[in-house]
Amino acid sequence: MNSLTFKRHLKESFKSLKRNGWMTAAAISAVAVTLLLVGVLLAILLNINKVASDIENDVQVRVLINRGTTKKQQQQLRQELSSLSDVKSIRYSSKKQELKNVIGSYGKEFKLFSGDDNPLNDVYVVKTKQPKQTVKVAEKAEHMKYVYTAKYGGASAKKLFHVVDSVRTWGTAIGLLLLFVAVFLISNTIRITILSRKNEIAIMRLVGATNGFIRWPFILEGAWTGLFGAILPIVIIDFGYVWLYRVLMASLASTGYQLLTPATFLLQIDLLLILIGIIIGALGSAVSMRRFLKI
Amino acid sequence: MIEFKHVFKKYTNDIEAASDFSIKIDQGEFVYVVGPSGAGKSTFIKMMYREEKPTSGQIKINEFELDKIKGHEIPYLRRELGIVFQDFKLLPKMTVFENVAYALQVIEKQPTEIQQRVKRVLDLVGLADKADAFPNQLSGGEQQRIAIARAIANQPGIVIADEPTGNLDPDTAGGIMDILEEINQQGTTVVMATHNSGIVNQRKHRVIEIEDGHIIRDQRKGGFSKNE
Repeated sequence: MNSLTFKRHLKESFKSLKRNGWMTAAAISAVAVTLLLVGVLLAILLNINKVASDIENDVQVRVLINRGTTKKQQQQLRQELSSLSDVKSIRYSSKKQELKNVIGSYGKEFKLFSGDDNPLNDVYVVKTKQPKQTVKVAEKAEHMKYVYTAKYGGASAKKLFHVVDSVRTWGTAIGLLLLFVAVFLISNTIRITILSRKNEIAIMRLVGATNGFIRWPFILEGAWTGLFGAILPIVIIDFGYVWLYRVLMASLASTGYQLLTPATFLLQIDLLLILIGIIIGALGSAVSMRRFLKI
Repeated sequence: MIEFKHVFKKYTNDIEAASDFSIKIDQGEFVYVVGPSGAGKSTFIKMMYREEKPTSGQIKINEFELDKIKGHEIPYLRRELGIVFQDFKLLPKMTVFENVAYALQVIEKQPTEIQQRVKRVLDLVGLADKADAFPNQLSGGEQQRIAIARAIANQPGIVIADEPTGNLDPDTAGGIMDILEEINQQGTTVVMATHNSGIVNQRKHRVIEIEDGHIIRDQRKGGFSKNE
């Protein structure tokens, strides 16, 4: 195929979109509705996953240090902890700071315990590379010298891991199912537009057009249908997400959890929707045509 | 040149539409194919452009041997033929100009040349002023003239017409025949299946008569039936 013919196919595909007016409008709307569904659900799933990961990453091991341990011994313990391969970071929090946290959360009454009456321990807050390693690290720390106890949230943390895992599994499953539905709906819509043009294809064959020559404008037309069908969902999702982000982040701010930031996330989801539209549109055309091009 | 050698065609329902067809049509001939409905005229014509495949025997169209031709070569065979149908078979979403141009686009001609050639053939069939119309805005006779314009646009050596006047009134049919004879005058072979006895008897050419899947007559300057 030379460039002249390709230009012809390109022009032809646009002309055909225009001349099949209602059919084109119907196909583009069908694609738009499907992609909107895909986009919205994808945005929800990805954000649930993000927040779940945030929560999961929040899990940490609190290593309570024996009261009366000297600075030097504490330093020793720190080295021992950091030598564990799963440990990502260690933060020291003195018993004074710990008390401040308690006062912050539970009230001024606890000021009573300031100074020498402070019953709390100095603490190493250990973060692991993978959330699930907290269990192992806590167990190891428990047996170290100068350690009073090591806490990782115990049963509740295990339960959390379980919940996050099933959220991920179901999210992926729903995502895949949705993608499958999108493929089915879009390619079916395009199939109908091509079925109605069965006679045209037969005529083209009779005047000596090769299958490739017949196919290209249809494939391009399918791709445009997918592309144009992606525009409306993209606009709705972009504006909708920015608005929701602002509203939700206001209430989430205090928790420290974050939704996916619009700038990068929307770019990704927009590109994905465009790609799904174009690829399924073009493939849908190609596949639907196949049986009309058989000898 | 069209040549059939011992061609048989049997459909799956056991109807024999062609029984031992052996015939030769030279370049520049004008041939009517006549016979009652269902006799095998259409099968005969369709085998020429490989819409139907013979059960056995050899068919040669110019340099193409149709019993050996592969699927992907069929478009190239059809580019050497101009085909005209009873129901015109114009592309409904394309203008008159685009319909004729399509036959030239498939052979990847330059746009400027396409422009000129389309104009020339539309002039020949007398419809240059309808170039921007769509087929459904034209009368049956006009549509058939466009179909003929498309068939001859890339100057094929052979024009095959299957009942080209079947849907037209006598006056319009005469106009179509004028065009086909003019094309024939320029050296193009014309093979035309028809029911129209008036035309065959008035404009005498070679006649091939088919009945019950057999060629029962092949006559130079023959009439519609044997004794005319």
